[in-house]
Amino acid sequence: MCTYLTESIAAAGSGKGANGWFQLSEVSVYFDHPVHAPADHTLNIDFLNPAAGPGARVAVELTADTARALARAIESTLAAAPAGIA
Amino acid sequence: MNTTGRPEALTAQTVTITGHGGDEIEAYLARPDGAESFGSVVVIHHMPGYDASTKEITRKFAAHGYAALMPNLFHREAPGASPDDAAAAARAKGGAPDGQLVGDVAGAADYLRALPGANGKVGVIGYCSGGRQSFLAACSLRLDAAVDCYGGAVVRVPEGAPASFKPLVGLSENLSCPLLGLFGADDKFPTPDETAELSKVLDGHGKTHEFYTFDGAGHAFFAVDRPSYRVEAANQGWQHIWTFFGTHLTD
Repeated sequence: MCTYLTESIAAAGSGKGANGWFQLSEVSVYFDHPVHAPADHTLNIDFLNPAAGPGARVAVELTADTARALARAIESTLAAAPAGIA
Repeated sequence: MNTTGRPEALTAQTVTITGHGGDEIEAYLARPDGAESFGSVVVIHHMPGYDASTKEITRKFAAHGYAALMPNLFHREAPGASPDDAAAAARAKGGAPDGQLVGDVAGAADYLRALPGANGKVGVIGYCSGGRQSFLAACSLRLDAAVDCYGGAVVRVPEGAPASFKPLVGLSENLSCPLLGLFGADDKFPTPDETAELSKVLDGHGKTHEFYTFDGAGHAFFAVDRPSYRVEAANQGWQHIWTFFGTHLTD
């Protein structure tokens, strides 16, 4: 199924795409058909800067288990950072 | 001609067509060489975009004697971009609006009708989100045949979908042509209950349709490059498509 569901957030940071590093302005998160991953559905994240063109994109397609593990790893890494810097 | 009487040679190329709102958009055209008369098919790509696998499907129609044209529904957002980048850009903007889709299919149908040798009959086929859009086009435009391959959100839209995203079942009375529906029994979207409900509504409006639901298949069973591919359902499905288009698009 196509879920049509997309979460978009404003982003500050950088990503490295096919043409090198670029400044990020938004991130799209959705659970839908992948382009490349061998799965029916994956958790897809596009790190984007639309103002720099559609090629300004870092894409990942993760299995649901990987995505959940990644979310936990992000939270735990941020929680473990020394106070005041994260 | 080959032994089945179909033309063997075909030509495929990128062309520019006039889509919704007069916009010039990219499209992929495949047509049989040497055919004196042929029907035509508008191919609607899935959400991952104007990709190699849907171009392959477009060529398949030409190999079977039809002119086929696949408009790039995401051309406006990302002209010249790779199909996956364009699909991501379109998704970030909320996807192709329904009205725009109808205009793009209308432009594609006009282009096909104007081809030398075209018999004037135009069908539409779409896969996944394109299946929904095939139904939408057939309820919005005068066409000769439509195929919906496991299009979701015709009867019900998923929770949390954008507010602009509406179910289409209410358009059923406007269906302009015979409809072939090809679905998987294990699909969650659309479920067999949903497609049965759609069939009932179409019956109520006296609309010609034939639906097939394949056991052991879920969503995207035609997709040869995905783990969802189911060879038996796909082979049977293609046979239904050839019979259906042969009935409604050929002279």
